[in-house]
This record gives sequence, structure tokens and C-alpha cells, in this order.
Amino acid sequence: MEYFPFVVVAWILAVGLYGVVTSRHLVHQIICLIVVQSSTYVLLLGVGYVTGAVAPYYFDVPNHTPAVDPVVQALALTDVVVEAAVTALLLSFAIQAHKRFGTLDPQELASLKG
Amino acid sequence: MTPAQRRWVFGLAVAGLAAFYLWGLSGLPGFGDYPGPYGFAVLHLAVQQTNATGIVSAINFEYRGFDTVGEEFILFAAAAGTAVVLRRLRGERERSPVDQAADHEGPPTSGAVRMLALLFTGPVIVMGWWLATHAQTNPSGGFQGGVILATAFVLVYLAGEFLVFKRFSPVALTDAVEAAGAGGFAAVGVAAVPMGVAFLTNYLPLGQTPGAVSSSGTIALISFFVGLEVGAAFILIIGELLEQTLLIRQGDR
Repeated sequence: MEYFPFVVVAWILAVGLYGVVTSRHLVHQIICLIVVQSSTYVLLLGVGYVTGAVAPYYFDVPNHTPAVDPVVQALALTDVVVEAAVTALLLSFAIQAHKRFGTLDPQELASLKG
Repeated sequence: MTPAQRRWVFGLAVAGLAAFYLWGLSGLPGFGDYPGPYGFAVLHLAVQQTNATGIVSAINFEYRGFDTVGEEFILFAAAAGTAVVLRRLRGERERSPVDQAADHEGPPTSGAVRMLALLFTGPVIVMGWWLATHAQTNPSGGFQGGVILATAFVLVYLAGEFLVFKRFSPVALTDAVEAAGAGGFAAVGVAAVPMGVAFLTNYLPLGQTPGAVSSSGTIALISFFVGLEVGAAFILIIGELLEQTLLIRQGDR
């Protein structure tokens, strides 16, 4: 079970990618992209985990208690913020695509030009 | 490309990805066995150096503060981008949010939804504000607090109407707050330069008690500015999206 969290990462990534590839609706596709990105949170937090360590907060535990790696946690926070921003932008593109082409099916969008 | 062909290409790509992933995995230390020296060095030094007990905040707003400036401006750019993409296009006109067909009114918001939304608005604002101002203490900070502050405005929308939401968050004010948040962060960093130290150096007094609200110098201040920026950015994005569905109609429809 030593690598189990990393297997979970691969599974979330694969499921999300499958959704992106087979999606028939842009909003669904965007949500699948969020799923793909969620795998990176699990990866980051899984990489930095230390068995038996506390969270990297020394407010109510004594200083120098062994804690999990705080750098990857900071990276995960960055990751979440960027994801939220990208999602908002993609959804607004989807709105405009629907206005212009009257469809949100990527298959049909690909065959429309102009 | 037909869906079948696409699935074939996807299968090939996933097989390649899986092979490389397994290869990479074989070189990783096992779960719970993290050897990384950088994170542990920060853990040992952060409390003495910054007087912040929230080490993740210390990293975000101090050790890797330069990254966070960039991150904040990603959000700033995304909010601006959403506003540009969702602008009123040619052939569109804005309708007043007052119902145009008085005899075809939608169902009114139920009393239960109004009640709950109003009940939660106050506590949510307090919680968001608390999170944005306690980055130095515990797992909180401007990013989390800002998002929760923005949620309070969504509750206002749920409890009332779009007009009320707009009255609580006029675009000019939200824009100004967002700019003040983003600019404040940069200004706190730049202010270090005339003092002869590097950009984003922590030059404020660090306080006496580690983790107190008054501790950690610029970390607390930057977190507060980030809270303003994130909250305003999300209110802007939500407002833009709501405006699309409620106000803007195609030409003659």
C-alpha cells in the first residue's frame, strides 16, 4: 500500500482525461478538466506527507514538532486559485461559443468555421 | 476525427502516460517517507524568522512571496478576461432586470431559501474576515477568506434579487477594491526597495507572541490585501456571469 495515494492520482487523472476526450458538452468538458486538475492536489499533498507528522501549524503544538512538508501545501493552494480563475474564464468562453454557434457540442463546434 | 478514432488516439496516449508514470513512480520515495530538505528547513526556521505559526502562510506571503504576486495577478487577469469576454457584443442589448412579461413571472424565491441565506450572510462575512486576517496564526489566509467573503454576496443574491446583489456590490466599487488589493500587495513589496532591502522583505515589526494577530509583520498585511483582491475578483466574476443570464439578450429576442 506504499504507493496507493499515487495510484489514486493516476486514476483521477485518467478518469478526467477520458471525460475530456469523450465529452459531448463544453460545460461537461470543463468540469472534466477540473477533475484532471484535482489529481494534482492529491499528488502534491501525497508527495509531502510524512508518517506520524502534524500539520505545519505551530499554534497549539510545540515548535519543531515533526510536520508534513509545507511547501507542497502552499503549491496546492496556488493550484486551487489558478483552477478557479481558469474555470471562470473557460465558462465565459463557453457562454460566448453558445451565443455564436448555438451549440456546446465540441464535435459540432469543430465542424463550424467563422 | 470520429469518436472511435479519437478513443484510439486517447488509448495510445494513456498507455504512454501510464508507462512514464510507473517509471517515475519507481524513483519516488514511498508515501509518508518524504525526504525534501527545503520544506523541513523552512519548518525549522519559520517561527523564529517570521513569528508566524501558520507555516504555509509564511511560505506563501514571505519565502515564496514573489510567486504569490504572480498568482494574484493571474486571478486579476482572469477577472479582467472574464469581463472582456462577457462584454456586451454587437447586436446585444442590456435589458433591465425587471421582468418584461409581467403575466409570466417565475416562481418567487421560497421563504426557506431567503431565511437561510439571510441567516448565513452575517456569520459568513465574519468568518471570511477572520480567515483573511489570521493567515499568520492558523490554516487561513487571504485566498480562503476572500472566497468566503465573496460567498456572502452570493447569499445576498439568493435571498433577494439581482438588483440587490448589484446594489451591494456596484462594479465601480468592486473594481476599486480589487485594484487596491492587487496594488496593495505589490506596494507592500516595493516599499522595501527604498529601504535598501530586497523586494518583499519583511520590514515590519514582527510582534512579541508568535501567531498573535499583531505578529509576523508583512505576512499579515499582505494576506489582508490578498483577501480584498480575491473577494472582489470573485464578486466581479460572479456578477459578470449572472449578468449574462439575466440582463443580456440577443438582438430582437
